[in-house]
Amino acid sequence: MSTDVTAEGGHGAIPTGPEVPVAPKPAATRRDWPLYEVFVRGKRGLNHVHVGSLHAPDDEMAVHAARDVYTRRNEGVSIWVVKAADITASSPDEKDPMFAPSGDKVYRHPTFYEIPEDVPHM
Amino acid sequence: MSAPTLDRPTDEAALQQRFDATIAADRRIEPRDWMPDGYRKTLVRQIAQHAHSEIIGMQPEGDWLLAAPSLRRKAILLAKVQDEAGHGMYLYSAAETLGADRADLTDKLIEQKQKYSSIFNYPTLTYADVGVIGWLVDGAAICNQVPLCRSSYGPYARAMIRICKEESFHQRQGYELLMTMMGGTEEQRAMVQDAVDRWWWPSLMMFGPPDDDSPNSAQSMAWGIKRHSNDELRQRYVDMSVPQAQFLGVTLPDPDLHWDEETGHWRFGPIDWAEFKQVVSGNGPANAERIRRRRAARDDNAWVTEAATAYARKHAGAVTEGAA
Repeated sequence: MSTDVTAEGGHGAIPTGPEVPVAPKPAATRRDWPLYEVFVRGKRGLNHVHVGSLHAPDDEMAVHAARDVYTRRNEGVSIWVVKAADITASSPDEKDPMFAPSGDKVYRHPTFYEIPEDVPHM
Repeated sequence: MSAPTLDRPTDEAALQQRFDATIAADRRIEPRDWMPDGYRKTLVRQIAQHAHSEIIGMQPEGDWLLAAPSLRRKAILLAKVQDEAGHGMYLYSAAETLGADRADLTDKLIEQKQKYSSIFNYPTLTYADVGVIGWLVDGAAICNQVPLCRSSYGPYARAMIRICKEESFHQRQGYELLMTMMGGTEEQRAMVQDAVDRWWWPSLMMFGPPDDDSPNSAQSMAWGIKRHSNDELRQRYVDMSVPQAQFLGVTLPDPDLHWDEETGHWRFGPIDWAEFKQVVSGNGPANAERIRRRRAARDDNAWVTEAATAYARKHAGAVTEGAA
């Protein structure tokens, strides 16, 4: 028994030797199909929530594909798809200065204010 | 978002420290976080091979779609095989958050540079195999996958949550199919027993080599990618499966299988790791066929991809002209 396999991958044992390449190379196929991020509204009254992504040739096909991939069991009542390239995001670092101002403004939270216990409905 | 932010630490040690602290606090690593190369590579490899397993896993059961014994069974099997495709898509999506490209991953599978679970290199000889795959193979997959819902990499854990919800249907439809057959004729019961005889040991192999022969496990567990050892999960699986086999009325093909009062576990006989090694290295009964069909699916359907691309281009052009 060699040591080049392990139980990675959920569905069972697979090799993990150095011969298994992981570095991405430029795609040979479907490079023309953009990546779409998919958002699903679980039911009326809820926000659309990000559920994953897929590749599709155009917006319409992206919606159809999203329906098949992400809502096979009534997981949603509405789907948004948006090209991943069109999303603008904040810096990935959660300690980024972008969010720092909210950290030192404790007075924005209700717990900042001391109110006597016997004040009703507060 | 692409410009470097001056306040961010550029020192690798500081980045590593922050990564370690996130792991230690049992919080999730998200796609745009800094992560060690080894962590990224391990995840790409694991997620890709998991995705490949889902996609290749459509074949052994898909073989029975046109020969299902009733419309009910056919509808169920169709839904299950479609789920496997969906699982593959969730996982390729997760792999792409790490910088991998799914068309490239598929190429690597077809070129046999990346692998898939050894279990799918066994053929499905009778319809009882469909039931046994649901019960034993998906049962083993659930054992492996439930802890992965808490994997340290966010997109992988979230994909696993979706998958686990659906695997439960897979296992139950299999067990129900087998119960139906066990309540049938003598011949049907023999078919079930035969399928159990063929799938039991390969199912145990799905958990991978013994802990003392699984050097990558320790690092994966330290990174929180993996949560339990191979042997731990295998034992858990055997303990769950034995009473299910008893209820079903089938015999598991292991003369050494016995209840250990002291530990409260079902003890099982030695696993034939030589067979496992053979199947993993490409010499299983169906390895060549699985890859041949996956290659055909890619190549024979390439024109559909091209047609859709051409249509999208033309349509986009028309819209622009109309707007102008």
